Amino acid sequence: MSEHLDHEHEGGPKNDYEEHHIVSPAVYATIFAALLVATGLTVGASYIEMGVFNPIVAIGIAVIKATLVVLFFMHVKYSSKLTKLTVGAGLFTFLALIGMTLSDYISRAWGRW
Amino acid sequence: MSSTIVSLPDQSTARIPKINFITKENGLLSWLLTSDHKRIAILYLISITFFFTIGGALAGVIRLELLTPQSDLMAADTYNKVFTMHGVVMIFLFLVPSVPATLGNFLIPLMIGAKDLALPKINLLSWYLYIAGGILVLYTMISGGVDTGWTFTTPLSTHYVNTNVLTTGMAIFIAGFSSIFTGLNFIVTIHKMRAPGMTWFRLPLFVWSNYAASILMVLGTPVLAIALVLVALERTVGIGVFDPTKGGDPLLFQHLFWFYSHPAVYIMILPGMGVISEVISAFSRKRVFGYTAVAFSSVAIAVFGFFVWEHHMFIMGVSSYSMLVFSLLTMLVAVPSAIKIFNWTFTLYKGSITFETPMLYAFGFMGLFTIGGLTGVFLGTSGTDIHLTETYFIVAHFHFVMVGGMLMAYLAGIHFWWPKITGRMYPEKISQLAAVVTFIGFNFTFFPQFILGTLGMPRRYAAYPPEFQILNVFSTAGATILGVGYLLPILYLTWSLKYGEIAGNNPWQATGLEWQIQSPPLTENFLEVPVMDHDAYDYEWLERQKEKEVASAG
Amino acid sequence: MPDSPAIAHDELETGHPAHPSYQRHHFATMDQQADATSFAMWLFLLTEIMFFGGMFTAYLIYRNWYYPAFVAGSHQLSIFWGTLNTGVLISSSFTMAMGVWYAETRRKQGLVLCLIATFVLGLGFLGIKSIEYAEKIEKHHVPGLHYSVKSFVDPASDKAASEYGDKPLALDMARHTELYFFLYFAMTGMHALHMIIGICILGYMIFRARAGDYTDGHISFVENFGLYWHFVDIIWIFLFPLLYLISRHA
Repeated sequence: MSEHLDHEHEGGPKNDYEEHHIVSPAVYATIFAALLVATGLTVGASYIEMGVFNPIVAIGIAVIKATLVVLFFMHVKYSSKLTKLTVGAGLFTFLALIGMTLSDYISRAWGRW
Repeated sequence: MSSTIVSLPDQSTARIPKINFITKENGLLSWLLTSDHKRIAILYLISITFFFTIGGALAGVIRLELLTPQSDLMAADTYNKVFTMHGVVMIFLFLVPSVPATLGNFLIPLMIGAKDLALPKINLLSWYLYIAGGILVLYTMISGGVDTGWTFTTPLSTHYVNTNVLTTGMAIFIAGFSSIFTGLNFIVTIHKMRAPGMTWFRLPLFVWSNYAASILMVLGTPVLAIALVLVALERTVGIGVFDPTKGGDPLLFQHLFWFYSHPAVYIMILPGMGVISEVISAFSRKRVFGYTAVAFSSVAIAVFGFFVWEHHMFIMGVSSYSMLVFSLLTMLVAVPSAIKIFNWTFTLYKGSITFETPMLYAFGFMGLFTIGGLTGVFLGTSGTDIHLTETYFIVAHFHFVMVGGMLMAYLAGIHFWWPKITGRMYPEKISQLAAVVTFIGFNFTFFPQFILGTLGMPRRYAAYPPEFQILNVFSTAGATILGVGYLLPILYLTWSLKYGEIAGNNPWQATGLEWQIQSPPLTENFLEVPVMDHDAYDYEWLERQKEKEVASAG
Repeated sequence: MPDSPAIAHDELETGHPAHPSYQRHHFATMDQQADATSFAMWLFLLTEIMFFGGMFTAYLIYRNWYYPAFVAGSHQLSIFWGTLNTGVLISSSFTMAMGVWYAETRRKQGLVLCLIATFVLGLGFLGIKSIEYAEKIEKHHVPGLHYSVKSFVDPASDKAASEYGDKPLALDMARHTELYFFLYFAMTGMHALHMIIGICILGYMIFRARAGDYTDGHISFVENFGLYWHFVDIIWIFLFPLLYLISRHA
């Protein structure tokens, strides 16, 4: 019985705490610089005529910037799987809201069958 | 019904434990400032019962008006206000918080072996938000009501009605945050507060289903909040997002609204399904058949729930291509729901079934929810939906799910855990009678509405053609019986607080951790941190425990 | 928090170390508490994503429907102020991240300085935002408040519009710029509201940090506030291109 218990203890929830990882200021500074550069890039790109690619590039850079913030400033890179899953769940539902709503709006223009 | 598993302690010697969470502290302030999840659950129980009574009374008035074809009891616009307030009160102030905020609050920490929810103060805050929302709804009622229907459909709610849309919207906004905080608290608690050995697949299914519902609360409710904020802005400053004359799209409101309000249906029903899993297992003395499948079906319902909302809008002018997609996705939800129903049935198979009150309610749930769920599949089929929507068929459908399903489950849960919450039993015979009366009354009330709907009687009208009267009389008569069925528990449960038999720790011989401690429990729940060394619903473990106790006592 | 004597007794027996004062009674360990509160913060941020999600959806739909109006509307925004504000906000995110680092390494002076810097940069952001808002109010570009389409039906009369060489919009389309400006105000306003709440909490934290809190190993509050602050930053990272940049070319 007792060895059974010990075994379960390992699998139990008490053991999967996040190890506290301290991110060094050098990393923060690098990310900060990267964010500023990306901001410059996205502003610069908006002055170049690229047609449909203008919004794509702008959103793409925004996604990269947001990812950097999430991963490093918000420590998700060093966090537990649970935190990563939480971020993923938020993103998934957000895209479900936008995507499924747009599925109606986009196909309305197609008219009736 | 001769056999029973109820085992009460010897009434001549049994006493309610002197120290428990109720007697721990006295005075009104000790309740209003408490951070004990059990006390907050009781605060919720009282306030929810209050709002249920109001919502029920409004339902009674609606049925009374529909007794005759003319709108003679009240004017049509009063009728509109009455059914709107009935919907708002019942959905946002009763159904959404019902099982999670009362039973869930009380039981989740007990079931997972924790001392409290992870965020006790947020839990109390959530009750105060609920009360603030509730008071605003009461204020709305007194100051003239609102007549948009609980769906606040634009442009009706933004441009055409002149009633208290703003206060009701604010009430729902606030009550929504109460629900967000409850859900957030549950998710954190279930992830982080489990006792040693309490792995995910040893959790009672009640915890799983509340977990799934909590995900929906956290992810869905904010979208309702923003939709209501936009309605309020549209009404006050005329921003134009929902105003066709300014280029806005009224349907966008419905997309946002149903993005929450369809999952909200699962917020309401999932915790009820959790109750049924516990009750069915306890009264068939068997582990729930296909535990893993039932657990995952809760999560599947939660996930699918986000992809079906447009089926509420099939006749509103959405594109026929997206109708096809949403219609197909709607069918998907039937799969995990059916998994649950089948697994409960298999749990009953060769079980030692006894017919105590909670079990009677659970049987009621299974039958009525199956009908409600299957008619949901009819309505998810876009062609059938166009014929049946906005008729009494849809009214009957969601009342079968919400009242026949959810309310039955809620009552099953209240009766099942009442001895744990209060330490006392209610009179068994009269409670069994109440369960049967509720079932009969319910069917009398709502089954005729299916027929009315297929005959074409539209919902939300105070008057109707005379040929529908017979079925409406049936329905109103049934509502009276149903009313008695709900009144009885309120009476005998209150009575039992003082005069009920002492229940002891485990009157049903159930296996959950909550049954292994005194009733009512201590403020900190457990004397020592429990260690879970067996699976959920392990009745053999319970037998061994009892033998051990007898041996050590001898 | 009243501890039942039975529990206290039990904990003594099982040899738990004495709890630090900031550990709530219902948590077994400090780790568990820190972990739970951080997870709760993440879940709260999920609700925020969905809250803003509704507005992002509306923006996408209406931008597709009324593209010319949204282009003309966005020409009214100043890229200079927008870029500057993005820089300010990113800097405040950096100082906040550094604040968390100082808290982790228990350096009070640095933490207080970082919090003050974040506070000031946050105020700076709001200051710049109010300059932009003032301009909109002046030009009657606030929906529902004497909204005027003059800049769009007659772009020559408007400095910003004529700089871009905007062609006059038909009155019907020009009126839809009101939708653009509503979404602009709703999204940046909701964002600013979050900033204001954050700045208030920052003020409280500076006060507490000077008293030596957060640098005693109990950094949950700073850490969780950091998550909130970075999240607000992320919202802006998306608002900036959506509102200011992507419609520069008609």
